[in-house]
Amino acid sequence: MRMTALRVGTLLAGLPVCQSVFADWTVNMTPGVTSVSRDIYGLHMTIFWVCVVIGIVVFGVMFWSIFAHRRSKGYKPANFHEHTWVEILWTIIPFLILVVMAIPATATLLRMYDTKEADIDVKITGYQWKWHYDFLNEKFGYFSNLATPQEEIHNLANKNEHYLLQVDEPLVLPVGKKIRFLVTSSDVIHSWWVPALGVKKDAIPGYINETWAKIDEPGIYRGQCTELCGTNHGFMPIVVKAVPEDEYQGWVQDQVAQAEKLRELTSKDWTKDELIARGEKAYNTTCAACHQPDGSGAPPTFPALKGSPVATGPMEKHLHTVVFGVQGTAMQAFGKQLSEVDLAAIITYERNAWGNNTGDMVTPKQVLDFKQSQQ
Amino acid sequence: MSAVIDTHDTEHAHHGPAKGIRRWLFATNHKDIGTMYLVFSFTMFLLGGSMAMVIRSELFQPGLQIVEPEFFNQMTTMHGLIMVFGAVMPAFVGLANWMIPLMIGAPDMALPRMNNWSFWILPAAFALLVSTLFMDGGAPNFGWTFYAPLSTTYGPPSTTFFIFAIHMMGISSIMGGINVIATILNLRAPGMTLMKMPLFVWTWLITAFLLIAVMPVLAGVVTMMLMDIHFGTSFFNAGGGGDPVLFQHVFWFFGHPEVYIMILPAFGAVSEIIPAFSRKPLFGYASMVYAVGAIALLSFVVWAHHMFTVGMPVAGQLFFMYCTMLIAVPTGVKVFNWVATMFRGSLTFEAPMLFAVAFIILFTIGGFSGLMLAIAPADFQYHDTYFVVAHFHYVLVPGAIFGIFASAYFWLPKWTGHMYDETLAKTHFWMSFIGMNMAFFPMHFLGLAGMPRRIPDYALQFADFNMISSIGAFLFGATQLLFLYIVVKCVRGGEKAPAKPWDGARGLEWTVPSPAPFHTFATPPEVK
Repeated sequence: MRMTALRVGTLLAGLPVCQSVFADWTVNMTPGVTSVSRDIYGLHMTIFWVCVVIGIVVFGVMFWSIFAHRRSKGYKPANFHEHTWVEILWTIIPFLILVVMAIPATATLLRMYDTKEADIDVKITGYQWKWHYDFLNEKFGYFSNLATPQEEIHNLANKNEHYLLQVDEPLVLPVGKKIRFLVTSSDVIHSWWVPALGVKKDAIPGYINETWAKIDEPGIYRGQCTELCGTNHGFMPIVVKAVPEDEYQGWVQDQVAQAEKLRELTSKDWTKDELIARGEKAYNTTCAACHQPDGSGAPPTFPALKGSPVATGPMEKHLHTVVFGVQGTAMQAFGKQLSEVDLAAIITYERNAWGNNTGDMVTPKQVLDFKQSQQ
Repeated sequence: MSAVIDTHDTEHAHHGPAKGIRRWLFATNHKDIGTMYLVFSFTMFLLGGSMAMVIRSELFQPGLQIVEPEFFNQMTTMHGLIMVFGAVMPAFVGLANWMIPLMIGAPDMALPRMNNWSFWILPAAFALLVSTLFMDGGAPNFGWTFYAPLSTTYGPPSTTFFIFAIHMMGISSIMGGINVIATILNLRAPGMTLMKMPLFVWTWLITAFLLIAVMPVLAGVVTMMLMDIHFGTSFFNAGGGGDPVLFQHVFWFFGHPEVYIMILPAFGAVSEIIPAFSRKPLFGYASMVYAVGAIALLSFVVWAHHMFTVGMPVAGQLFFMYCTMLIAVPTGVKVFNWVATMFRGSLTFEAPMLFAVAFIILFTIGGFSGLMLAIAPADFQYHDTYFVVAHFHYVLVPGAIFGIFASAYFWLPKWTGHMYDETLAKTHFWMSFIGMNMAFFPMHFLGLAGMPRRIPDYALQFADFNMISSIGAFLFGATQLLFLYIVVKCVRGGEKAPAKPWDGARGLEWTVPSPAPFHTFATPPEVK
C-alpha cells in the first residue's frame, strides 16, 4: 500500500522513472533460503518493531507537545526540570528491552559460528576482481568472473535483467547439505556476501575465515563483494546455483573430467597462433582489468605492457614476473592462479600483441619446467 | 587566577583588532579564530558536498555515465575525509572558540597563540589533501576508512601525502582539544562550578578528552602505514607476517570515539536551544551530563562492531554486541530528556528550534538503525550495504550538521549584531529537511534489498530508489547555497539584534552586547 502511494507520488511529481529498466520497490531484507537467514530476518523484524513502538511513544509525546504546548496558543510553560522516578524508569526499561533482545541474538550468533560436521568444504578466494572456488574434497577449482558485457556497462547496449549480477561460472552447490565455506583472499580484503544464504564473510589475505550454509531450496542466488577492494569493486558479483543432490554429483564429475582434460592440454604440442588465440581470451578475463585490453595499463600502479621492457625483453624475466608477481606492488603471483596452458598462452599473447612483435613463444611444458626449476 | 586576567586586560583592552590580513594571519582572539574556523568549515562543506554531487550524479542511473570507477572511488574517499575532518570537526571547534569563553565568562581561550596555530595548520593540511586529486595516479581511492592492504601495498603514490595531511589534522585537533580543556578547567568565572556549566561546555569538555585520547591512535595507524609503504615493515602485510585486521582494530579504536566527537557537541548545542525555545529549563541536567560521560566511556569499548564480519572469535562478537547495545541506554536518556524539556513548555519554532527538533527526530531514527546494526547476526546482512550509509548519514547530517545549523542561527545575532532573515532561514530548513530525507531514507531500502556501498554502478532493481535519492541529494546540496546567502546577508545588515534576542535563552553569552565586542569579560562576571 505504502509503496503504491510512493509510486503514484513519484509519477505525480513527474520524475523520469524509467519503466524500461527492471526496477522494483524491494524495501526489506530477504528472508532467504537457509535457517540462519530466516533467523536473521526474524531478529531484524523484531528489533525493527521494537524501534517502531519506541518511536511511536517518544515521537507521540513530542508531537503532542508541538501541537498543544505552543506559545501561539497561549500555553504557559511549566517549570519542572527533573523527576527522579521517571528518570530511573526510562533508564531501566530500555535496558530490559535490550536484555530481552540480546538473548535470541546470542543464540543465532552461536549457531552461525558452528561450522562443525560439514558435508562439503568450499574454499573461496577473493582476487581483484573475481572469485575463485576450490572444491577441497574433489580437488578441482575455477574462477568466477563478471559476465555482463562492457557494452551494457557503458550504455552502448540495453541492460539485461541480471545486469552486474551474472557470472561466467556460478558456484554450484547441493541443497540440503551443510556446506562449509573457507574464505580468504590473495590480495586486498574482499567480502563474500549472498543475502539469500545469510552469509557475509570478509576475505582477508593471511586469514581463513569459516562460515557455513545449508540451502533449503534449489534456485539461483545472487550477491556481490561488499568490501571496497579497488577500482572494480562493484564488478565482482557472486552467483550461487543450488541444485538437487544428484544433479550436483553429475556436475562434480564433469568438473573433475575437465580438470583432467586441462592436464592433457599441458602436454599437447601448441602452435604460436593457437597460443595467441587462447591467450587473448585469457588475458581479457585475467589481466585486462588492470593492464587494459589494449595493454596501455593505468600507470603508475598498473604499468603498460605495450612496449614494456618486460613484455619485449628476455623470456625468463617475463615468466618470473607473471608466475611469481612483483613484491610490494599490485602485481600478483599468477603461477598458482592459472594453469600452465593459460600462463603460456597469456605470455605468448603479451609478447606478440599491440605491436610487441617479439615473434617468440613459450609452451605450457616450458612453463611447467620453469616453475619446477624455481622451486 | 583573576590577577593574571587583570594584567592581560590592562595590556589589551584599549586596542581592537589589527588591520587587514594581519588580523587573521596573526589572530589570537577567540572570536576571530572562531570565525575563521566556521568559514573554513563551510568552505570544506561545499567542497565535500560537491563531491557528493558527483557521486549522486553517477548513481542517478545504472551504467557508467559521468565518471570512471577509479575516480568514483576517489570521490567517495575525499567526500568522507573532507566532511569528517574538514567540515564537521572544524565547525564544532569554531563554535567552541566563539562560545565557550562567552559561556563560562572567560576573556579568551586559555592558549591563544596555540589557538592560532591549530587553525592555520588546517588550510595547509587540506591543501595537501586536495592536491592529491591532481597527482599522478590520482587521489586516495580506498575509502575514508583506508583499510590496509588496499591503502598500503595497493594504494596510489599520493597515499604518502594523505598520511601527512592526516598527521597535520591530528595535530590541529589535539591542540584544539588541549585548549578547550585548559580554558574550561581554568578560566571559568567565579561561582561557575562544573555542574553549573552550560551543557554545550560540558559536551565539549568531554569531546576534547576524546580528541586527545584517539587522535594519537589515528596518527599511530597512519605512521604504521607510512612504515609499511616506505620503510619495509609489514605491520599490515600478511605476506611479511603482518596482520590486515590489526589495521581495522587500531583504526576503529580511533574511529568509534571519532563519531562521538562529531555528535557530542551537537548534543550540547541542542541542549541549549531546546530549553530556550521551550521557555523551560532543561529537563534532567545532571543525567544529561552523566549520559554524555557514559557515552564517551562506552565509545572506547565498542569499536569492533564495525568489524563483525572479519571473523572475530564468537566471544569477541558477543562482547562488542552487548557493549554496543548498552550505548542505547544513555542515548535514550538524552532523547527522553529533550522531549521532556519540550513537554508542557511554551514552544515557538524559529529556525534554530526547527533544526533542533528535526535533530531529535532524525537523529533518533539514525539511533534506531544503529541499534539494529548492533545486533551482530543481523549485521551480517546490513554490514557494508547502503543500510549503513543511510544510518551514518542520518546521525551525521541531521545530527552533526543540523546541530551546526541550529547553533549558527541561534548565535548568529550574537556574532553579527543583526537578526538573520527568518523566512529565508525557515525555507532553508524545510528544503534541507525534505532534501535530506529524500536523499537518505531510500538508502535504507537499498541496503536491505542488497546494494553494497561504495559501488559506482548497480543492478537494475536498485534503479528507482537511487534516482529518488539523487534528486534529494541535489535538492539538499543546492539548498546550502541559500544558507551561504542568509549568512552573508545577516553579516552585512538586517534588523539590529538586542543583547538577548531569544526571550527564553539563558547563559552568560546573552549578557554581553550584540555583536559581542572584540574583548569580552575582561573582568570576570559573578555567577550565583
